[in-house]
Amino acid sequence: MTADGDPQEFTLIAVASELAVRDILLALRSRLSAHGVSDDTCGSVELAMAEALNNIVEHAYAGEQSRDIRLSVSIKPERLCCHVRDGGAPLPDLCLPQGGLPDPSGPRNDLPEGGFGWFLIRALTERVTYERRDGMNHLTLEFLHSGA
Amino acid sequence: MDLQSTYHNDMNIITVAEARIDAAAAIKFKDKMRDATSQGPAHIVLDLSNVTFVDSSGLGAIVAAMKQLNGERRLDLAGLTPDVAKVFRLTRMDTVFVIHDDIIALKMHATG
Repeated sequence: MTADGDPQEFTLIAVASELAVRDILLALRSRLSAHGVSDDTCGSVELAMAEALNNIVEHAYAGEQSRDIRLSVSIKPERLCCHVRDGGAPLPDLCLPQGGLPDPSGPRNDLPEGGFGWFLIRALTERVTYERRDGMNHLTLEFLHSGA
Repeated sequence: MDLQSTYHNDMNIITVAEARIDAAAAIKFKDKMRDATSQGPAHIVLDLSNVTFVDSSGLGAIVAAMKQLNGERRLDLAGLTPDVAKVFRLTRMDTVFVIHDDIIALKMHATG
């Protein structure tokens, strides 16, 4: 993983593996914290980005670990923007999934063990946008925060 | 994935000794939980007080650990740190598990 950029904008790059995602999330959190972003917002960003990045590892690149994920972050006074770029498979129908909440009310054996990812991304962000451009996926997650 | 079981009279408190139950750790966590819960008391409490981060894969693995328990066994949770509590609250999985706020009081009760 490499990192560069000025204090309010930075880019982190990881290979497409679950362990590299863990490392990039730790780096992201430590950068946000150093910029004065609150623990609560850091927690929301880390969780939403975990879902977005693990989706890329599991679905877009489907286990091709030699591929890169590039995360560019910009911190503005009230808004935090995470832009993720990958060269993997596009989202189905080029659309963001609806991300409904799996039903937690059934009997023990019917409880959902997955399908929470897009629900969490939508619940934690103020805005999500997706674009397929030049053979790349561009996913942007925006968060509101109270001052950095 | 390091899980430590402490057996009290009627309770097995399983402490996760790692900071993250995430996509990279989920399968190992589920397997270790199967080993840790196959014997011993039917009342199992998963102590998450060392865990600072659970993603949807980790959440799924905790649910799976509960579903793989046989018969009358039950799995409660304790010691949720703020970001972990947030995942359970948002997904409404906090309605599925009994969640103990105070792991120390629980241990004293179990021992006493």
